[in-house]
Amino acid sequence: MASPIEQFQIKPIIPVINFTNSSVFMIGAAAVIVGGLLYATRKRAVVPGRAQSVAEVLHDFVANTLVDATGKEGMKFFPLVFSLFMFVLTANLLGMIPGFFTVTSHIIVTFALAMLVIGTVVIYGFVKHGTHFLGLFVPSGVPGWLLPFIVVIELISFLSRPISLSLRLFANMLAGHIALKVFAGFVVSLLAAGGALTILAPLPLLMAVALMALEFLVAALQAYVFTVLTCIYLNDALHPGH
Amino acid sequence: MAQAQTTNATTEAHGGAHADVGFPPFETETFGGQLLWLAITFVVLYTLLSRLVLPRLSGIIENRRGMIANDLDDAAAMKSRAEEAGTAYEKSLAEAKGRAQALAQETRAKLSTESDVKRKALEADLNQRLAEAEATISGKKAEAMSHVDAIAHDTATAIIERLTGKAPAPQKVEAALNQIKA
Repeated sequence: MASPIEQFQIKPIIPVINFTNSSVFMIGAAAVIVGGLLYATRKRAVVPGRAQSVAEVLHDFVANTLVDATGKEGMKFFPLVFSLFMFVLTANLLGMIPGFFTVTSHIIVTFALAMLVIGTVVIYGFVKHGTHFLGLFVPSGVPGWLLPFIVVIELISFLSRPISLSLRLFANMLAGHIALKVFAGFVVSLLAAGGALTILAPLPLLMAVALMALEFLVAALQAYVFTVLTCIYLNDALHPGH
Repeated sequence: MAQAQTTNATTEAHGGAHADVGFPPFETETFGGQLLWLAITFVVLYTLLSRLVLPRLSGIIENRRGMIANDLDDAAAMKSRAEEAGTAYEKSLAEAKGRAQALAQETRAKLSTESDVKRKALEADLNQRLAEAEATISGKKAEAMSHVDAIAHDTATAIIERLTGKAPAPQKVEAALNQIKA
């Protein structure tokens, strides 16, 4: 029986251009997003059908999340936030299909996405506000002797953002898939063991089914958490004053 | 199967770390390829979403919002027009009522003046006829009274003629009558 971490292995398909199973599912996720949304909006109906309703709900959901966190001016980041949300959500959900590779279960992918967010925040913050953007690390109304400590704490919290953002998503996806694989493996092991143990096989199966439901929730929830945090960080770039 | 189990057993014996597999997310030699394809995919995804999909999607939503707003505006305009028509109707109704009342009053006044005139004319006519009748009566009375002397004269003459057998002289009778009258 395969090890629980075998599912995370990167398998080269076209080694010359580093094209792997991961690349397939990245492109697959993008294709599902673009194809699905184009299909859903093909009629441009005033009274939406089912598919178009889903597309509109996704659009309004992300737009509301963004506007709640950053206000109206945050809508200039809407394509970015929507792309991130849809990419993470679709990659997570695609990974739920048995045998499919989970793009977001690799720290390098989630870290790259997190750095994209933080990079956007830093670059936009400095371009828009110049050195005033550094006011982010100097909260107003703090007594002078406390200021150095506060600045250090703010700096550390800012620098830990990409790490926490990427680790949260990566760890959730990784742990969930490992747990699923372990319980599914138990079923096979128990069946193979024979005798009284075979009778116990349905128990880990039930567990695997329950975990499957939980993992669907986690897949959607982590995409949402990633998006909300992205919006909150973008708010710092838009309004650096505390 | 047997081989797989052996592999598994070996893996467990080594404390989960397989020499060949390692822990895929931490295999740094795969990072470059993943980053390359993530960059390509995400740039393409972002471009397609921001240029094609999202304008279409927000276009649909904006279009609907605009349509609903338009419809609401139309409804409000129609409502105000209906209200205007209602007030206009009430105004014209009130006007018509007023005019009808004025007309009724005018007619009543006209009728009463007419009847007054007629009544006055009738009264005047009657008064005149009354006066005429009175005048006739008094004329007849005077005439009658003027005949009284002659009748008294004739009667006295006739009585005296019967009593005496001979007609008295008119002058004497007249003198006697005048004496009585005085």
